[in-house]
Amino acid sequence: MVEIRGLCTQFDDVVIHRDIDLDIEVGQMLGLVGGSGSGKTTLLREMVGLLAPSKGTVRLFGEAVLDPDPERRRRLRRRFGMLFQQGALFSALSVHDNIAFPLRELHTLDEAMISDLVLLKLGMVELEARHARLMPAELSGGMIKRVALARALSLEPELLVLDEPTAGLDPDRSENFVKLLRMLQKELGFTVVMVTHDPETLAGLATRLAVLADQRIVACGTAAEVAAVDHPFIRNFFSSGRAAAVRQGVG
Amino acid sequence: MAVATIEAVRQSDAVQLVLSGEWTLATMPQPISGFELRLRDLAISKPGWDLRPISRLDSAGAILLWRAWGRQWPASLAVSSGHRALLERVEGISPDLQPEPSAEPLAWITVPGRLALSAGNHLAGMVAMIGQLVLDVAYLCVHPRDIPWREFSANLYKSGAQALPVTALIGFLIGIVLSYLSSLQLRTFGADVFIVNLLGISIVRELGPVLVAILVAGRSGSAMTAQIGVMRVTEEIDALATMGVSRSQRLVLPKVLALAVAMPLLVIWCSAAGITGGMVSANLQMGLSYGFFVDTLPRVVPVANVWIGLSKGVVFGVLIALIACHFGLRVKPNTESLSARTTTSVVTSITVVILVDAVFAVFTRNLGLP
Ligand SMILES: Nc1ncnc2c1ncn2[C@@H]1O[C@H](COP(=O)(O)OP(=O)(O)OP(=O)(O)O)[C@@H](O)[C@H]1O
Ligand SMILES: [Mg+2]
Repeated sequence: MVEIRGLCTQFDDVVIHRDIDLDIEVGQMLGLVGGSGSGKTTLLREMVGLLAPSKGTVRLFGEAVLDPDPERRRRLRRRFGMLFQQGALFSALSVHDNIAFPLRELHTLDEAMISDLVLLKLGMVELEARHARLMPAELSGGMIKRVALARALSLEPELLVLDEPTAGLDPDRSENFVKLLRMLQKELGFTVVMVTHDPETLAGLATRLAVLADQRIVACGTAAEVAAVDHPFIRNFFSSGRAAAVRQGVG
Repeated sequence: MAVATIEAVRQSDAVQLVLSGEWTLATMPQPISGFELRLRDLAISKPGWDLRPISRLDSAGAILLWRAWGRQWPASLAVSSGHRALLERVEGISPDLQPEPSAEPLAWITVPGRLALSAGNHLAGMVAMIGQLVLDVAYLCVHPRDIPWREFSANLYKSGAQALPVTALIGFLIGIVLSYLSSLQLRTFGADVFIVNLLGISIVRELGPVLVAILVAGRSGSAMTAQIGVMRVTEEIDALATMGVSRSQRLVLPKVLALAVAMPLLVIWCSAAGITGGMVSANLQMGLSYGFFVDTLPRVVPVANVWIGLSKGVVFGVLIALIACHFGLRVKPNTESLSARTTTSVVTSITVVILVDAVFAVFTRNLGLP
């Protein structure tokens, strides 16, 4: 599904990633953890082809993300949905139009169908129909996250890339979010890559963990496998109360 | 991938529709609206539905079925529990009941009315901003420590110093063109020497200030609106407010003062470039010597014209900065509004500059003309 080989990233002379290899199989839910500023968002951006790595290759669904052929690249990009850390909603469009945007781009659906789909996605992320008319600037932080998720889900993607999906949600919502995603995943069988700091989300969703530290993936596997790796970040991560939850949940 | 298929199975008295394959957005037959019509036709005879062979059903597929069923459960339905949950979710969609705002019948009167109200609103906003600036200046006189020198000098550099090349170029070119065209006319009357009067008065008094104002409005006015507008979009203005920093003192005042200082200097600079251009052109076209031109200029262009040009510069500068800041602060936090406000800001400041120039012309009609 996702295949990263020998990926290096460098901004000017600051090295962010050094020789990263990562494989994600179909149907896996990978939780990417790492300290703040360790380059998780950057890795996701490279994964979906928003940023060209300094070295190495990324393949999605068996095809290179940065394919020179624009038509093939466009088709590839319809197959995954991304949730940005800051939401990245189109500020000039209402919530409804934000979610409808990728659907309209398909040019095969009529407006009534689009409207139903939008309302369904809104319902999935526990927003009400009346919220559809609001503008992004009129939403709370958590609502922005949920609308962004609805937009990422709108094309029924095979791969869902989530950057801190539950940050800014209250515990109840984030639990519902986890349940929802798990249900959808079971139903549709999509693959998930997510960055999160929230142990509950990790425990509830992730089937595998990847740890990004020291500019590389220091461990990747089930929680037990990861916990067995001796590394300061991992020791720290599993030392606190979170450990039990994560260990139980993942894998 | 297995496409969505429908198969009709005839049992003793009823028809059973067996659906199989993948019922997802990507795999349903295109165009989807045509497929929906087909399903609807099938649903009319109230057949039984067997959804169990469906391997994948996503929300698009579920909505399609639900709509084909006329938004209700069919009488006979066999479906797996997972798919039933999805269909129940679709059942739960509550259409947005509030009606769309319809077109107003009285648009011919409300539209101009709204325009007038918003113009009045903007005018009031400008007056309030000017008042606030006066208060700020008074405050800064008492607390000179709080004067935002850095912002002031940064703005002076950005809208003054960095505008020098382009204003000189434009002034020079306009001077050449003007001189060339007038010399053709003047020569037919044998009035070659009056080129100095013509160029001197028109450039120093009118063209210099207006040209610079238009350039600065396009260059710095738009930049100011966009800057303040983006700060609104990204909540930086709110961040400033929480730090107890007055936005009018920190954002508006330095811009207004910087343009008030930079504009008259730019006017002089542009006028000088224009006259130089005119002089070069007159020399080439009519053989008028540089010495004669420079000698004659102060005699035929009373110094009052320079003062008029300078004061126009100050007034235009203040107006451009005020209008730019006003529209910048009115930006709503979305990109559409940002671009609309920036456009409005530039158009308004150029219009206002030309209007005020006309007012100047009326009030200074007895000054500085030989
Ligand atoms: N465009 C860029 N130019 C230069 N440096 C960058 C750029 N983007 C990111 N960085 C640097 O790369 C590092 C990793 O950034 P990244 O956003 O990937 O962190 P992160 O792991 O997502 O952190 P967080 O958990 O806080 O979101 C940071 O040190 C950041 O300063
Ligand atoms: Mg990040």
